[in-house]
Amino acid sequence: MEIDDPRPVAEPAPFHAPPPSSAPGLRPAAFAQQDLPLTDPSVLSAPTMLRVERLNLFYGQKQALTDIDLQVARNSVMAFIGPSGCGKSTLLRCLNRMNDLIDNVRIEGRVLLGDTDIYAPETDVIALRKRAGMVFQKSNPFPKSIYENVAYGLRIQGQSDRAVLDEAVERSLQGAGLWEEVKDRLKDSAQGLSGGQQQRLCIARALAVRPEVILMDEPCSALDPIATARVEELILELKREFTIVIVTHNMQQAARVSDHTAFFWMGKLIESGLTEKMFTNPGQRMTEDYITGRFG
Amino acid sequence: MSRLADRIRQGGIFVWFSGALLAFCLAMIVSLVGFIVAKGMGYFWPSPLVQVQTADGPLLGEVTAHEPARGEETEKIQFRVGNRDIYGQDFRWVPAAGLGPQERPKDAVLVERLEYGPFIGRIASLSHEGQEVATGPAALEEALKRLPEASRLRRHIQSIEKGQVGDLNRRIEQLRLSRKRLEAKADAAGLAALDAKAADLQAAYDQLQGSLEQIRTEAKAWTLNLQTADGQAKECPLGAVVRMVPANAMGPLDKLGVYLSRLWEFAADDPRESNTEGGIFPAIFGTVMMVLVMSVLVVPLGVVTALYLREYAKQGWLVRAVRVAVNNLAGVPSIVFGVFGLGFFVYGLGGSIDRLFFADSLPTPTFGTGGILWASLTLALLTVPVVVVATEEALGAVPRSQREASLAMGATKWQTLWNVVLPSATPGILTGLILAIARGAGEVAPLMLTGVVKLAPAMPLDGTFPFFHLDRKFMHLGFHIYDVGFQSPNSEAAKPMVFMASFLLLLVVVVLNLFALNLRRKLRERLGGSTF
Repeated sequence: MEIDDPRPVAEPAPFHAPPPSSAPGLRPAAFAQQDLPLTDPSVLSAPTMLRVERLNLFYGQKQALTDIDLQVARNSVMAFIGPSGCGKSTLLRCLNRMNDLIDNVRIEGRVLLGDTDIYAPETDVIALRKRAGMVFQKSNPFPKSIYENVAYGLRIQGQSDRAVLDEAVERSLQGAGLWEEVKDRLKDSAQGLSGGQQQRLCIARALAVRPEVILMDEPCSALDPIATARVEELILELKREFTIVIVTHNMQQAARVSDHTAFFWMGKLIESGLTEKMFTNPGQRMTEDYITGRFG
Repeated sequence: MSRLADRIRQGGIFVWFSGALLAFCLAMIVSLVGFIVAKGMGYFWPSPLVQVQTADGPLLGEVTAHEPARGEETEKIQFRVGNRDIYGQDFRWVPAAGLGPQERPKDAVLVERLEYGPFIGRIASLSHEGQEVATGPAALEEALKRLPEASRLRRHIQSIEKGQVGDLNRRIEQLRLSRKRLEAKADAAGLAALDAKAADLQAAYDQLQGSLEQIRTEAKAWTLNLQTADGQAKECPLGAVVRMVPANAMGPLDKLGVYLSRLWEFAADDPRESNTEGGIFPAIFGTVMMVLVMSVLVVPLGVVTALYLREYAKQGWLVRAVRVAVNNLAGVPSIVFGVFGLGFFVYGLGGSIDRLFFADSLPTPTFGTGGILWASLTLALLTVPVVVVATEEALGAVPRSQREASLAMGATKWQTLWNVVLPSATPGILTGLILAIARGAGEVAPLMLTGVVKLAPAMPLDGTFPFFHLDRKFMHLGFHIYDVGFQSPNSEAAKPMVFMASFLLLLVVVVLNLFALNLRRKLRERLGGSTF
């Protein structure tokens, strides 16, 4: 059974640098709050799509996310980076409430998608997830035909008009750059596609319901370099229509595709800002150490 | 290190050991099937008719068994002498000593009859309306020529009796029920109309009986005059003859023809002579029907249970207890299920249905007596644990990533289950069904209490409205084996039937399983993955 368990499996590797408690100026929570929006004027000037405010998340007694404050601008790509178990996938899953599926999760703070507080009691989870599509680490097409995979989101919304479905399937597959490869075999099983094609099919499936935000959880980690390059190109194209949040372990990928980068460590947001700045002149020693591969 | 320890470490011994055990299991299965097939299939081959001289006079029959001398007992041979109406028994043991030479007279004939089992002897002559037409060997030839026509007439009579007469009887019964209703309402005009209808029906009935009588007389016109080896004479109408086998005068090809025709009769005809002769088609049909109805009932029952247990119920001690209880149901002796089926389904549910919907025909029960529906329901209950366990396993094997993908699209839990999880789990559910069929098709004990009978007058599926008669009693191969082998007055003659029925029961289970396996294979191909 495939389990994408977002919970940290092990304590992250210790820093080469001194531990955060004794490091001068390293009080991550406080630092993140004051630093993020202020250092980057472009984030402030673009309309905000997603806003995370003082988010804390607990698995039972264990705190997995601490005081996260973050904003994602409309039509931009935000990359979450950090070592394994740092909470970046957990945060991503907070953005469409996928963490609801796990028992024993407690969440404090607010997440705003547009104007909607997604953790408000009156928020409809089903409607929310239609606005925030998700692409997973491992491609997970349904055991159905290519056509039915893409049409799934519309079908569960009750859409059965053939013309509407046909149009949506073609538009989504074209959006995901898969149309030319599969247009003659839409009725074939999706599991006969290659890994890269499957992942793009999953992207097409997410596009079909026209979400506002697409959340990608390490979408290229199981793909070869060529398939990865195709998905990266796709992300740059999709940015024009959608807002994208991507979790990645690949520094080069974050540098290539994202406008903004957020660096997490042990459930805390250490630093976030324009990708260019993060990769050339990070504000924190820890960020620099991680990006240059000195730890993690 | 010693060589033995080395071998144990490498595991070679265990490979050999498990291989040997597997071979042992295979040998047991092969010998089981082989034994049944060998015992059953040989029965239909025409054996030579042997004539010997005993102290009581000549004896003609098939040699069926041989017992060597043991201590005081001398060597004995068993003959199947037939002629139950004359000798009182089909089989006879005679001492082997002093039998004289074993002859195989060319003119000896085995005549399979509708009643009293086979006649073994000679055909003296053939007469038509009392006039001798042919004698000696010519009589046999002539009789063989006339036999198809006589058999056709017989089948014609049977079809009239079953079809038109049965139909009229049903309508008369319906009239009786309407009369009961009208009498309760004191509707004089309605009653008068009914009387007119009843008179019409009675007239039609009488007319039919008249024409039947005519055909019957016609069928009786040709008569065989038979003579046993010890000279006793016997008359038999040609219409009552199923087959004439002059085994000693036949070549292998003729014998093959007889063999195949007997095999076909066995698989496709109704039973005769309290099930010891004729075919077992109604039992095959009843078995298959019962298993199909059971499958239709057990799958929804098991799948819904497993779905709730696995997906919706809060996992805790209660669910664990329910799961253990469901698994333990599989270990309850099947006769207990039979008792439950009789008390709850037949008397409880069936009785209530009768009182509510079939009050007119009471006290004759409709659903308040054993029937294929209740038997299938009882077996469904018996096999539901298998389906529940298999379905739970299959549900658990559906990758979590697929559930998440569906939920992340904004699907509800139910939509996810219905559209993604259940289709992926279908092959696993079918595995459960296959196991359920294997278990259910072989059960006998609960059926005896809930609807199986020795001889069912009508099939549960036929051409009269509403076609499916779930209230009807039915025949079952498993029960047939028990009944023919151990409840029949002539169990010696029925022995081969037991083996053949066992063989057919195995065959039915295998065919039903192959059907389900094929379905599962196709589903797996469509799903593309190997989920279970």
